[in-house]
Amino acid sequence: MQRTDAVPQPATLPGLNRETIVNGMVVAALLALPLWAFSVGEDYYVNLASLITIFAIAGVGLNFAIGQGGMVSFGHAAFFGIGGYTTGVAAFHSFEETLFIAAPLAVSGTNQMLLIWVVAMALCGIAALAIGAISLRTEGVYFIMITLAFAQMIYYFAISWPAYGGEDGLSIYLRNQLPVMNADHPFTFFSVCFVLLLGVIFISAHLSGSRFGAALGAARMNETRLATSGINPFPVKLTGFVISAMITGLAGALFAELNGFVGPSMLSWHRSGEIMVFVILGGVGRLYGPVVGAALFVLLETYIGEWTEHWQLLLGFALLGVVLFARGGVVGLIAGKPRHD
Amino acid sequence: MTKPVLEVTGLYKSYGALQVTRNVSLDLKPNEIHALIGPNGAGKSTLIGQIAGWITPDEGAVFLNGEDVTHESVASRSRKGLGRSFQVSSLAMEISARRNVMLSVQASQGSSFRFWKQTKSDAGLRDTAGSWLQKVGLGGREDIAVSELSHGERRQVEVACALALRPKALLLDEPMAGLGPAGSAQLTDFLEEIRREIPILLIEHDMDAVFRLADRITVLVSGEAILSGSVDDVRSSALVREAYLGEEA
Amino acid sequence: MTAALIFEQILNGLQSGLALFLMAAGLTLVFGVMGLINLAHGSLYMVGAFCCAWVTQQTGSFWLGLGGGVSGAAAAGALIEMLVIRRLYDRDHLDQVLATFALILIFSEGTRMVFGSMPLYLNIPAALSGSLTLPGVEAYPVYRLFILGAALAVAVLLYILIAKTRLGMRIRAGESDREMIAALGVDIKTLYTIVFALGAAIAGLSGALVGALRSVQVGMGEPVLILAFVTIVIGGIGSIKGALIGSVLIGLVDTLGRIFLPVILKFFMENASANSVGAALSSMLIYLLMAGILAVKPKGLFNAAN
Repeated sequence: MQRTDAVPQPATLPGLNRETIVNGMVVAALLALPLWAFSVGEDYYVNLASLITIFAIAGVGLNFAIGQGGMVSFGHAAFFGIGGYTTGVAAFHSFEETLFIAAPLAVSGTNQMLLIWVVAMALCGIAALAIGAISLRTEGVYFIMITLAFAQMIYYFAISWPAYGGEDGLSIYLRNQLPVMNADHPFTFFSVCFVLLLGVIFISAHLSGSRFGAALGAARMNETRLATSGINPFPVKLTGFVISAMITGLAGALFAELNGFVGPSMLSWHRSGEIMVFVILGGVGRLYGPVVGAALFVLLETYIGEWTEHWQLLLGFALLGVVLFARGGVVGLIAGKPRHD
Repeated sequence: MTKPVLEVTGLYKSYGALQVTRNVSLDLKPNEIHALIGPNGAGKSTLIGQIAGWITPDEGAVFLNGEDVTHESVASRSRKGLGRSFQVSSLAMEISARRNVMLSVQASQGSSFRFWKQTKSDAGLRDTAGSWLQKVGLGGREDIAVSELSHGERRQVEVACALALRPKALLLDEPMAGLGPAGSAQLTDFLEEIRREIPILLIEHDMDAVFRLADRITVLVSGEAILSGSVDDVRSSALVREAYLGEEA
Repeated sequence: MTAALIFEQILNGLQSGLALFLMAAGLTLVFGVMGLINLAHGSLYMVGAFCCAWVTQQTGSFWLGLGGGVSGAAAAGALIEMLVIRRLYDRDHLDQVLATFALILIFSEGTRMVFGSMPLYLNIPAALSGSLTLPGVEAYPVYRLFILGAALAVAVLLYILIAKTRLGMRIRAGESDREMIAALGVDIKTLYTIVFALGAAIAGLSGALVGALRSVQVGMGEPVLILAFVTIVIGGIGSIKGALIGSVLIGLVDTLGRIFLPVILKFFMENASANSVGAALSSMLIYLLMAGILAVKPKGLFNAAN
């Protein structure tokens, strides 16, 4: 998917460009809101900031696939949901003190978040490997529809599998635990999410700048070039897809912790669309775009949702406006065109 | 007799009832420029596609340095020494010329599955790419986005990308197209220079360039190699004249 | 497990498959001619159902309602084509997906504002509400046969339209070469609007027909939309023939899988778990079918570009 309007500027990079300033301000604002709320004892706003942060992580994951690899996945809810269900199922067995797998090897539940994150990301990686291996044989509109269909398959599976709540979902009665910290505390939980967000942004940026990232970017811009350069595009894209899925899966695990609940709605195609909206509202391929997009989405939902129950109508018009008239997303509007070295 | 670097034997390819490649065999020996010509619709693109690996032939084989690569991917053939340029530019337009060449350099150095070291501070990678660009005459233009380069400059970048793979053989698909007389002459000189190291299979419409450069010429008509011989053989061939005049008539 | 039951289920599968074809046909037509991926196709299905229900309520006639559903969806289709969709033809698929996703949000909330969140119910007209005795099946609902027949009729009409008429010739020309058709002096903007409205009308018909079988509510188009995507991916995007074969395949596999998979599993495991595994597995069956087909033919069974 080639965006020909992304013409690079001449290579005169000042130390601080406008995008960097915008990014800094966004991060500062995201930190300031819960700090203020925490100081006045408003847990609601702390949790709101956690929600933005978690959605932003999901968006960073998808942005890696779309913005870096040109893979327009319309099925990232699958990974968001797998991450969520990993948390839910682990907590369920831990709470009930039952075994997840009885034989041949006993696997019990756990209430240790760190372990859950690792398992959630591993499972998302495996799922993405399978989905990607089939989907990446195709391209363009086929890829969009196939990723959508695979997510839908997992959605229906979750609905019709009664052991973990089926259509009703699964409650997580006690938030899982972290070493040393008290994860139950809203601000502590926010801080954890915030650090993870900065972590995945750092990792995503670093991967994009590596040799692997160069190859993945070439797969987006011109696959013929990549193959002619002697690099087989398929494994490069598949690896990128798996990394992207793992990041979004981590967000799903956090989302389940925040809500104390997992249900099939985490896997629904609306969710896939929303994660895509975070990426687009912010600006495709912008490192901090998903943070801006997720913040706008959550604030729009919260504040316009208070004012009218039909806030999705406004979201629809806003999204339409961005797609038709502001193709670089909000970050693009403020910071201008992206730069390449 | 010297061993050919690139050898194609008995290629056949059909799409439905349409036979686009009929029993084509040709080879490329060290130090030579072998030109492939033919009227439009002769099946040149399909033949190149089969040599480069985009299209799998129905029958026949492609050998690179004596190794059968008929079922290898494009990327694998590139790594094994088949460099190529395209009729329509295949560069990544939004990044710099250097970045395009760096891809080839990184492929020739080994795995692209290196996730941590940043390419922008990888002096070895950047300088190697820069030196290839200098070699094709683009010194000073390395860090300009390909979309801002002229048509001719893009051709040069493509050749630099191909050379950076340190190929054993080059497959150049109409490198002169759209270049203008000066650019054409410059590129002709350049090809004369590199042929000493790398033999070239040249697909070209510009007959002056073909007659100047080629040691051998193969003429493709309706998917079939009707003639393969020296420049003089082709000039004097009635078959070839008929094929070309027949096209124009 | 009798032959009669199998026969009845095959009929059910054919019926739901052909109803699906009505959705898939418009989707694949629009993609084939304009290269547009339209998520809002499910919204047009919903608009058709709501218009049908409303007109039926006002006039008391299901047939007028059906006409209202088809024309309402066609009008909505023409409107969004002129306002939004035509700006998307030259955009990449990502932009198309997002803009039409935005249209879904607008359509869904708009409909909810007008009609509320409660589902509407459409009554099947008296003439179609009985049941028929078929060989081996005692009472098969006439209305299901009506849907089956209507969908087949649309398939035949579409075939005639595309293969035999001037409009069809232009559509086919548009599929293969947009510049040529512009050079022929065909007003391409109008042609695109007509094609889009045609797809919308068929989707509206489908929504109205199926709406009477189930209920008419916001969001009803989305599961069908995704099934229609699976259909055209299997059939080959852009191919009407592929859409027909794909939809029948999906209808049969889905219907028969839900009935017979639990039964088959009972040979291997105890009843309760056979039921739950069967239910879970059969809900995934068509997606597994899709994965299987794509693993062999990444561009679907009847890719138009081949």
